[in-house]
Amino acid sequence: MTQQTPNPAHIEYVTRIGDNALILGQRMSEWCGHAPVLEEDMALANMSLDLIGQARMLLTHAGKLEGKGRDEDQLAFLRIEMHYRNLTLCELPNADFGRTMVRNFLFASFQVLLWERLLASSDTELAAIAAKSLKEARYHAQHAGDWVVRLGDGTAESHERTQAALDYLWPYTAEFFAANPTDEAIAAAAIGPAWSELEAAWEAAVVPVLNEATLTVPARTPFKSYGKFGRHSEHLGHLLSEMQYLQRTYPGAQW
Amino acid sequence: MITETQAWEVLHAVPDPEIPVISVTELGIVREVLARAGGLHVVVTPTYSGCPATEVISQSIHDALVAAGAGEVSVETRLAPAWTTDWITEPAKEKLRAYGIAPPGGDAPVGPQPLRFVPRKLACPRCGSTDTTRLSQFGSTACKALYRCQSCLEPFEYFKPI
Repeated sequence: MTQQTPNPAHIEYVTRIGDNALILGQRMSEWCGHAPVLEEDMALANMSLDLIGQARMLLTHAGKLEGKGRDEDQLAFLRIEMHYRNLTLCELPNADFGRTMVRNFLFASFQVLLWERLLASSDTELAAIAAKSLKEARYHAQHAGDWVVRLGDGTAESHERTQAALDYLWPYTAEFFAANPTDEAIAAAAIGPAWSELEAAWEAAVVPVLNEATLTVPARTPFKSYGKFGRHSEHLGHLLSEMQYLQRTYPGAQW
Repeated sequence: MITETQAWEVLHAVPDPEIPVISVTELGIVREVLARAGGLHVVVTPTYSGCPATEVISQSIHDALVAAGAGEVSVETRLAPAWTTDWITEPAKEKLRAYGIAPPGGDAPVGPQPLRFVPRKLACPRCGSTDTTRLSQFGSTACKALYRCQSCLEPFEYFKPI
């Protein structure tokens, strides 16, 4: 595989999945020491670890596909903002616990479907990572789904804040399914699905839980975000400045 | 130099760093031991993607085999097939229970589940009561959930099936 000419779409596709995990893992880790209860503090830290573990495998793989000798650390810590390919949803600030849980639910439900499809990838390394990560993503979706119902169908205040979180986050989910040439090339090569193929299954997974949570599913709007194409919100730069600090200040530092 | 059989014996005594009552072989993460010219090659598989114990485990395996006279030891991490709690041996499940961690249930689903799945009642590893309640999907590590026994009021951890 590494002897072949690098396929830009393949690198791009794996980088997107890796960056989703990396950036959400980093973002969620901000809860460490700050969660509303100790149990959730540990849960959020553990889910961050899962995501960062997935990111390590995926970025290592992307680096090998690229064939320029870049390893996971160089890809995680030494790229500039526009070279990250994560969904905008993953970089948005945590805000309150409710928004954090709604985001996790929307994203983990997507990840579960993506990993399920990648089990059959013609890229055997990606299929192996999918088999590993799918088991983790199922627990993340279940955990967040429980909280979405508990908060949405909770007190008047928890309902109001969870609905506000859903209203805020929902427009960013359109980006999950935005069609693009990379996805077309990847689907044609049987490396993975075009993410647009996952939209119906995702809605079928997400909407019943939102209904159970007594939340109103927002209507689709013309709003578009472009993080997976490298055009990010203002929030990513701030996240990176913290995440990259050590490698920028002490290049090549290891521990 | 030591044989593959002797190497397995050595590995049976290498504890998991997080749960030292069970060994890395009982946990099911040592997949292969291969004799090579001048030493051994060991294949391990991680439990969870982000498990911080993985690197410690590889180092412990390496050190234990070198100390046993295995010569050059290389440890490879292999992802496929993905680790499952089904690979934890039966005696190890009893050791987990005795240590205060409810072992993964043999009949618990490991595949797709309904999203709003409510886990069956687990038996408390201390008093055996099934009057238990889940406090959190994630305990002190990603591989465990946190429960409380309503009978003896003790908290305990559950090794989640994956």
